Amino acid sequence: MTTPAIVPNFGSEDTGRKMAIICSKGNLDMAYPGLILGNAALGEGIETHLFFTFWGFDMIIKSRMDDLQFSPAGNTAMHLPGTNAHIPQAVMPVPGMTSMATHMLKKQLDDLKIPSVPDFLEQIVAAGGHLWACRLSADMNKVSETDLRDDVEGIISASDFIEMTEGAQLLFI
Amino acid sequence: MPTIEIASKPVTVNEEGFMTVYDEWSEDIAKVLAAQVEIELTPRHWEVIHFLREDYKKEGESSTSRHTQTVGGFPIKEQFELFPKKPAKKMSYIAGLPKPKGCV
Repeated sequence: MTTPAIVPNFGSEDTGRKMAIICSKGNLDMAYPGLILGNAALGEGIETHLFFTFWGFDMIIKSRMDDLQFSPAGNTAMHLPGTNAHIPQAVMPVPGMTSMATHMLKKQLDDLKIPSVPDFLEQIVAAGGHLWACRLSADMNKVSETDLRDDVEGIISASDFIEMTEGAQLLFI
Repeated sequence: MPTIEIASKPVTVNEEGFMTVYDEWSEDIAKVLAAQVEIELTPRHWEVIHFLREDYKKEGESSTSRHTQTVGGFPIKEQFELFPKKPAKKMSYIAGLPKPKGCV
């Protein structure tokens, strides 16, 4: 005996769901949450906007986006690999620690086939995502549109952003 | 697991409707699955589907959109054109594979 067809619900009716993700951090580890969730949202057919502000600007400044770094200083969740032992905060500020930690994190991401920050943004745009830059951050960093990735759609004010994201689910990272 | 009839063949699916037995899949079944999600299969769709089937055999898990781009050579943008809105899930569904588990 066979039962009638079961068809997955791929949400063919347009729910109008929309997401806005504010990326405010320029540390390598904190660049990824917004990228991963934004990419996942696009893969679910959700209109997605990424808004870069403050330190998050380093993710879209062409001369910096390849060089985000990870510092274990101040991060009490750092453990000796494969153990629960904490790495003492006292060793974090030693010279070379940031570059070593950055190198290790990049390798871990690479092993999991997670793209680099610029590649990830390219994928997000290819999937239909929208990138926006914050006006105040642009003024503070003294950068103009030519300094930013070409796929950033514009430098917009906070109120433009609020207007544009009406009804959206918001994530601040 | 329910058994349903697709293209006059009994097919085992999970509660969502994704096929669960790799060898029960056929091109005739794929055509019905595609029609159910309103996709008309072109030669390019078939290229993607055959890549996914082969890749699953090798990797033991369904390809994500990223993997389908980097390994299969099908650009993300094109995946969205061929399988609108939810490419990774729709591709797996039509190829008779489980939903991809990977986050990226």
